[in-house]
Amino acid sequence: MSWEAVIGLEVHVQLSTQSKAFSASATRFGQRPNSQTDPTVLGLPGALPVFNRDALEKAVCLGLATGCTIRRVSRFARKHYFYPDLPKGYQISQYDEPLCEHGAIEFFLDGEPHKVRLTRIHLEEDAGKNVHTGSVSLVDLNRAGIPLCEVVSEPDIRNAEEAAEYMRALHRLVRTLDICAGNMEQGHLRCDANVSIRPTGASELGTRTELKNINSFRFVQRAIDHEIARQIRIVEGGGQVVQETRLWDADAGASASMRSKEEAEDYRYFPDPDLPPLVVADELVDRIRGELPELPVQRSQRFAALGLGLDDACTLVAEPALADYFDAAVTAHGDGAAAKTIANWMLGELQSQLNRDDSTIAACKVTPAQLADLVKLIDGGTISGKIAKKVFIDMFASGDDADAIIERKGLKQISDPGAIEAVVAEVLAANRGQVADYRGGKTGLLGFFVGQVMKKTRGQANPKLVNEILRKLLAE
Amino acid sequence: MADLSELVSLSAAEAARKIAVRELSATELCKAYLERIFEVDPHLGAYLTVTPDRVIKRATDIDIALDRGETLGPLAGVPIGLKDIFVTHGVVTTAGSKILEHWTPPYDGTAVERMNNAGAIALGKLNMDEFAMGSSNENSAFKPCRNPWDTTRVAGGSSGGSAAAVAAGLCAVALGTDTGGSIRQPAAMCGCVGIKPTYGRVSRYGVIAFASSLDQVGPLTRTVEDAALVLESLCGFDPLDSTSVNRPVPRYRDVLDKGVAGLTIGLPKEYFVDGTDPEVRAAVDAAVEVLRGAGADVTEVSLPHTEHALAAYYIIAPAEASSNLARYDGVRYGLRVPEGSGDASLLDMYRRTRGAGFGTEVKRRIMLGTYALRSGYYDAYYRKAQQVRALIKRDFDNAFERVDVILSPTSPTPAFTLGDKTDDPMAMYLADVFTLSCNLAGLPGMSVPCGRTSAGLPIGLQLLGKPLDEATLLQVAACYEREAAWPRAIAEVV
Amino acid sequence: MDALKPSEVEQIALLARLDLSEEETERLGRELTTILSYMGSLQQVDTTDVEPMTHAVPMDLRLRDDEEGASLSVDEALAHAPDTADDSFRVPHIINK
Repeated sequence: MSWEAVIGLEVHVQLSTQSKAFSASATRFGQRPNSQTDPTVLGLPGALPVFNRDALEKAVCLGLATGCTIRRVSRFARKHYFYPDLPKGYQISQYDEPLCEHGAIEFFLDGEPHKVRLTRIHLEEDAGKNVHTGSVSLVDLNRAGIPLCEVVSEPDIRNAEEAAEYMRALHRLVRTLDICAGNMEQGHLRCDANVSIRPTGASELGTRTELKNINSFRFVQRAIDHEIARQIRIVEGGGQVVQETRLWDADAGASASMRSKEEAEDYRYFPDPDLPPLVVADELVDRIRGELPELPVQRSQRFAALGLGLDDACTLVAEPALADYFDAAVTAHGDGAAAKTIANWMLGELQSQLNRDDSTIAACKVTPAQLADLVKLIDGGTISGKIAKKVFIDMFASGDDADAIIERKGLKQISDPGAIEAVVAEVLAANRGQVADYRGGKTGLLGFFVGQVMKKTRGQANPKLVNEILRKLLAE
Repeated sequence: MADLSELVSLSAAEAARKIAVRELSATELCKAYLERIFEVDPHLGAYLTVTPDRVIKRATDIDIALDRGETLGPLAGVPIGLKDIFVTHGVVTTAGSKILEHWTPPYDGTAVERMNNAGAIALGKLNMDEFAMGSSNENSAFKPCRNPWDTTRVAGGSSGGSAAAVAAGLCAVALGTDTGGSIRQPAAMCGCVGIKPTYGRVSRYGVIAFASSLDQVGPLTRTVEDAALVLESLCGFDPLDSTSVNRPVPRYRDVLDKGVAGLTIGLPKEYFVDGTDPEVRAAVDAAVEVLRGAGADVTEVSLPHTEHALAAYYIIAPAEASSNLARYDGVRYGLRVPEGSGDASLLDMYRRTRGAGFGTEVKRRIMLGTYALRSGYYDAYYRKAQQVRALIKRDFDNAFERVDVILSPTSPTPAFTLGDKTDDPMAMYLADVFTLSCNLAGLPGMSVPCGRTSAGLPIGLQLLGKPLDEATLLQVAACYEREAAWPRAIAEVV
Repeated sequence: MDALKPSEVEQIALLARLDLSEEETERLGRELTTILSYMGSLQQVDTTDVEPMTHAVPMDLRLRDDEEGASLSVDEALAHAPDTADDSFRVPHIINK
């Protein structure tokens, strides 16, 4: 019996506003507990909500970027449950009139295009943090009230790898749109997965379980693979999958059922009487649509058309600052044909320098134009690729132009045939034995002679010329 | 030196005038009130908290400023009482409930701030039905509030303390809230003026929420002039309340002398039916004649969905209440049972805290509201009630095409005896039949004294107006007050 | 409507996190049944094509500019908490997990 998995993801995206969804407290991470609260955040008697314009605009932006219909009149609803990190005993969310509906997220996996449809995107407020220590819990409400977009996909996903890639695509998108910083350690994207299995080719859906607490791309994949395997084991063993919520435990590499808290939970949704209907004007939608940046899918396709492999293109696009740098460097260079070389430098030498320094592209001293110049100097034969690497290290440390460094260190490639001939002649004269061997048939010795010439010229001789001249003189 | 009873009989407008021209000091007036509270309130139970030190300090500061020639707000030096539903910074605020018995807020609500800015001096926090749920002030977790005209009877509710305090000379003006009649009905039962403005007219920020789409803040006063005076300071847009109406606030005192000639008064036939106390009915009929004599046209109107107002209200209000009271969970403030975090599970803590902290009526309404909002029941109850609500509003819109104000008794009976209705929730709910529709429709409503029963119990006349038309209500009320000329008196009590 | 069963009353009490005594459960069952039966009269009202009136005054949601404002101090936030530790509200742990 072969099985297929049916997976839908609900991702909570934390919007990068300055203040909270319904009050003006700050939204910074890592602050002293309970230092970013006010009567509304604390759910004090008498407090009331007032909605943040920027949260709306960021949500509309995400809706438009995913091709959703933006509902012109949507409502906030109260979702009731009791938990220590939920101050009012209800969360302000949206229920049957969400802001955005029916969009999709596109991405590539192993070179193949994928499209996962979205059921809806709605606005809601975040809860605080509840930390369990022994027999008590400690509640910090700094996070409570921060605006979230909940992005709900249709169950279009068929395996764990696709799920992880979907999440990466959403991550790229929210960072490109600048609506979420996308810092996974800070929980900026939190994922719940709905997973079921069915016989391959069947049309009915199996019983699904909900997986919670999956907060990195890696865990998305592992947790879902684990759950699929678990469900297959149960069904093949003659049992039935129980509809339940399971909590992923990354340390254990397994999930556990969350009983009774979720049992008989009736959220008793109703429209929030403290918040009149949310009306979105055409002018707002048009303005935000006009301000949308180039979306990741389009951008990676454009990069691929410039000659980059799709993987490299996606890597650059995943980090908007990198993608911007790349575009600037290609523009500065002026010749699109250099794009692949520029990308190789960025993903190779530049990235390894950044990693070594634990630094980011934003702090990089080498400007896109300077990188472009370096590539031009290689193409023009001023320096060899090998020398260029040395030059780059200096550029990275000093921020100086390649030209200046080459000048200062005398690294210019020697391309004068006369000068090279002189050195070649010296080398051949000093190695008559090997010359005789070469002429006798050991053509592999060419590498040795090249090495000797390079040594004498401190690596600066033009390798192509060296080869040509050596062959010529050896043939005589 | 005026005697104490004279001082506490002054209306707010009269007191403000005398204080402004320095005929009277704020300190002297406040001391008079504090003395009277000390003497009389043990028999009434109008106050839950009195703050003498704050009062004297504030009064002193105001006197100093006025003596220096500074111009202060229109209520400078006027002693007021605040229903304990108003969040007051640094002064215990209980909402009449054990669950907040010791809660001292870290902020002032907007209505409180506006009263402070106007120069009013809060004497303390007034008794109320727990979380504003009730029509008699018998649901207060601490003590009932008695009617100053007959202490065996209720003061009305839920703003019982507010009405009793004004009627008994324990403050010049009181702030109350009205969700289904909780300003108007106690005002009627205690013989004072009470007005509930249009929904959204006064900010709800800092008002402990009962039913968010129905709650409104308003003053209880001795005269219509005082109501107008206080409203001018209370009303207005507040950016902290998303349901706050953004419209200019008229100078309400300007309409008080305009009379009723040319105005049409509507009498809804559904409000003039059997079941109303005959003396109440007679007093209201007489009031209609007074207004007719003063030049108003009177005509019958119909509000056909009136019979469903009670059902709609007692689904919507408890539903919203069950939601608003979910925050009282023992985690961040208020009562926690058991104390600490070691002895019970989280679930136990929630259940025992709320079980011990909430009184009978509150539990009843939370249960009702929870029931009505459950999935599977939402459409039949809550959604249906909101549809009926729309029809009730439509009834009023239709009636107001033909009339300027609608008139009725405020309450079907005068103040009833303590304990009379506490065994039968439905009987208590029926006390609100005339006042509920106004809240459902979001309209302004007012009660003015219109006489006494033979037993000396006050009777109230209700006026309902078009949205944002508090002015016409005040205009009609002022005319009636002038023409009927009921003697102004403070209940002696002792 | 049919009388509310004690199990249903208990279910609602659990949803509402209310501890009820046996007496309360029984009494509330009776009272709620009476009250809800009264509410049943609403079913008779013809509400075809009537929009539910969720807000008393028709208005659109007003938006607030995204500016950071003042917060309460940690001390103010925790001032009336029944139990605190490490700048946090402290509560019992859920037993079932």
